[in-house]
Amino acid sequence: MSRSTPTGMSRRHFMSHLTGASAMTMPALAMGNTLLANADDLKRRRKSAILLWMGGGPSTMDIWDLKPGAPTGGPFRPIATSGDVQISEHMPLMAKQMHNMAIVRSMSTREADHGRGRYYMHTGYVPNPNIEHPSYGAVLSHQLNHQRPELEIPPFVTVGGGSVGPGFLGMAWAPFSVNSNGQVRNLQMGLEDQRLYQRMYALDLIESGFINQRRGSAASDHQKILKKTLNLMTSSQMDAFKVAGEPEDVKERYGNTNFGRGCLMARRLVEQGVPFIEVGLGGWDNHNNIHATLRDTKLPELDQAMSALTEDLEQRGLLEDTAIIWMGEFSRTPRINGNAGRDHWARSWSVVVGGGGMNGGIAVGETNSDGTRVETEPYTSQDVMASVCKALGISLQTTFTSQNGRPMKIANSGKVIKELFS
Amino acid sequence: MTLSKQIGFVGMKRQLWTFTVLGLLTQMLSFPGDVDAQNEASDYGIQEVAEINRLIRQGWSDYEIRPSAAAPDGEWVRRLYLDILGRVPSVDELREFTKDRSPEKRKALVTTLLYDEEYTEQYANNWTTIWTNVLIGRSGGTERNSLINRPGMQKYLRDSLARNKYYNEMVFDLVTATGSNTPGTENFNGAVNFMTMKLEEKAAQATAKTSRIFLGLQVQCTQCHNHPFNEWKQQKFWEMNAFFRQTRALRRFETGTRNVSHVELVNESFQGEGLTKDPDKADIYYELRNGITKVAYPVFVDGQTINPSGYVEDVVRRNELGKLMMESRYLDKMLANRMWAHFMGYGFTKPIDDMGPHNPATHPELLDYMGQQIRKKNFDLKQLISWIALSESYALSSRSNSSNESLDDPLLGETPKFSRFYMRQMRAEELYESLITATRALEGRGSYEEQEELKSRWLGQFVVAFGNDEGEETTSFNGTIPQALMLFNGDLVKKATSSDKGSFLSELASSELNNTQKINYLFEAAFARKPNMNEVKVANQLLAARKGDLTAALQDIWWAVLNSNEFILNH
Repeated sequence: MSRSTPTGMSRRHFMSHLTGASAMTMPALAMGNTLLANADDLKRRRKSAILLWMGGGPSTMDIWDLKPGAPTGGPFRPIATSGDVQISEHMPLMAKQMHNMAIVRSMSTREADHGRGRYYMHTGYVPNPNIEHPSYGAVLSHQLNHQRPELEIPPFVTVGGGSVGPGFLGMAWAPFSVNSNGQVRNLQMGLEDQRLYQRMYALDLIESGFINQRRGSAASDHQKILKKTLNLMTSSQMDAFKVAGEPEDVKERYGNTNFGRGCLMARRLVEQGVPFIEVGLGGWDNHNNIHATLRDTKLPELDQAMSALTEDLEQRGLLEDTAIIWMGEFSRTPRINGNAGRDHWARSWSVVVGGGGMNGGIAVGETNSDGTRVETEPYTSQDVMASVCKALGISLQTTFTSQNGRPMKIANSGKVIKELFS
Repeated sequence: MTLSKQIGFVGMKRQLWTFTVLGLLTQMLSFPGDVDAQNEASDYGIQEVAEINRLIRQGWSDYEIRPSAAAPDGEWVRRLYLDILGRVPSVDELREFTKDRSPEKRKALVTTLLYDEEYTEQYANNWTTIWTNVLIGRSGGTERNSLINRPGMQKYLRDSLARNKYYNEMVFDLVTATGSNTPGTENFNGAVNFMTMKLEEKAAQATAKTSRIFLGLQVQCTQCHNHPFNEWKQQKFWEMNAFFRQTRALRRFETGTRNVSHVELVNESFQGEGLTKDPDKADIYYELRNGITKVAYPVFVDGQTINPSGYVEDVVRRNELGKLMMESRYLDKMLANRMWAHFMGYGFTKPIDDMGPHNPATHPELLDYMGQQIRKKNFDLKQLISWIALSESYALSSRSNSSNESLDDPLLGETPKFSRFYMRQMRAEELYESLITATRALEGRGSYEEQEELKSRWLGQFVVAFGNDEGEETTSFNGTIPQALMLFNGDLVKKATSSDKGSFLSELASSELNNTQKINYLFEAAFARKPNMNEVKVANQLLAARKGDLTAALQDIWWAVLNSNEFILNH
């Protein structure tokens, strides 16, 4: 894939020559990468995940768990779907895809502040001043990366959103953040390869000298990033970001919105072998005038893009190996406030998952008649994460060692949501 | 075939850049491997510095750790310029300092950077950037139809910082400001920009951000419920909130049009939210989780009450709040914590603006002491900066030793003990200014406003919003691929490494300096140190590969230097 020098050396090959002792240190788990000979075999079973992140905290009782007639229910009506569940009337296209998706209606969490909720739902851990936990994208790409030795672009991509960082896994697993038009800035150097290598050689020498002075991980992390950057600069795989080249009718199906283009890019990246993509859609912090906002802007945008993505993945045979997770940091109060809005609420809400072999067309758990309480076994961020790991074939016995030697179980020892797999 | 041959480093017949043995020895001696600070550090005859050193050392002996060695002059002076002026020192500034042999030269340099007129503008600009980001975020005022005027915010801060206005007076201004947000309009008062966009939804953001930024109290959760971890109750949020309810941000239009000309922050009498509308006792209401409605009047965090009248003729609630905040110990402790974190990389609490019994400080006695002392000095920011910048901890190397390597690394989850300097990424603004300093591009820059415009356009590529009503944002700048790409190939670095006529490198190449001096110059400009033997060797290889084209070889070296960890980290 990468271009080669006249002497036949690719940039990737060149980088592997650069010494830098610390560039060799990897988190303990990366050593489990067994050398699998057959690339086709690898490709066939490689797993991916797409997180549709709803920044601000969407009101799930107006989308996935309606309470028509309840005083808290709001004006939206439920409609039938291709699965054994009902969803909001303003999600007509998703209604045709629900046989692929499961709604977990008994989510019950405790973090109702944006920052804390974002952290908790991304990591499975509550914020702790002494440690930074890795987010979904860092954990899953770290675990799945070995399935695609040919991948030259970053394994954790976020489109149009903030996400949460790699924590103790280190900057090498940080999200690569792009906007939805897929244009990556500053890609072109305009320098002949030979001269670039010579510069890189000098740079690596300076870097390594500094790293060897016991200054800590910030110095060595930088060297890993340089290596990834060089890989990416010369890779034809970068074409996966170019959504503009898709046929017009395809783009139309996803919607002419940032989120639509982001979802289309996610599909292209999965096809290219990227193990984790997060696509962000903000604007769900509806303290005011919530139902008009949902009906007129948020839900149409979500419905179109999410349904096109699900449909495409299914048609291309990718859904079996690709987990989709739809969630925000929390949901919104069943009570409608004085400004016709809903405030932050984490005690009873829904997330939606699908693909990766998880059961579709079902609702897991339920809330009471006005949506203020879960009536069945409550599930948490950890449980969703554990279930996604299971769907992707990642062992729940996997344990990370944080930099201070503390063992950390993957998904914070969450339990698999069994209805998704029976 | 070796790698260096494969990439074309061949046929080098002679050393084109020489490096003396004497130089090498000096180099080795100035970087000792594993030694600790032998002697008590100087306190420069400043009582506060002595006490800070004593309390920090007490922590070291409690944990039985040896601090790292003292940082060499070059490293210390580089971090001082970065932390006070927001840029690396120029080669001239560096050399003037290192050749000075007087024992009090560090104190003299701190005084120069803080008080010499030559640096007033740079000092004010740097701290304006820092405070603007704290008060309105990196994106505040950059969106269309924003109620914030970013240049207005910056103008207020620059004016105040340039004349070293006392911090408590600045806080009072920001909390109580009225007037127009836009420079050049009637009644202009840039301080209003802190609050113009925080008044929606019953001023929830004004309440949360004022408490958080100035008092270190995180109350945002308690808008809707009692806080699960700290002592704040929902009632307290709304009592604090009641101080902001006379305040309104009004759009003013260009005469005869619907185009917004500016925003004016005003205090208006508030009749209360109750059914009876009794402005003499203007009350507000909030809902408990169980749906029960409760009433609240303005009450400060410590329980002090004010006249509950909503009439501005009787009482301007924000002015009363401002006065109460001035007396609060939270104000001085929050300032001490923020400034310590700015210079040291970590504060006494994490996050720095979440203080209280639920989140105990690592050095409570020191935090209390610094807060008290700065209050005694009328909240003079420059004095506080001097104490911290001259403290022993700030002067330690960022290299760890066998004693503190794992025991004092906050990245490993340890609480900071300040037994070494914690390396950190330069902020995006610091990197920008440092690139400009290092390439001597300061001359002939446009006005402050023009520079800010250019800089903010450049910074825009790294700002990522989280999409919620609290306007939270993050940056994709720190140590990521987009940052590396920007330094590899971005316009700013292309300019910095340009070999065009009149550019930094072409001037350096054609200067009277000999080749060794030219290489030294580049390393000193970026790292505040001379190159080592290996680095000189690779410079020679590059010169040979460029077939003796000196400018081209300098270009290659300069590119490598600017892209290195040692350049982008404050160490």
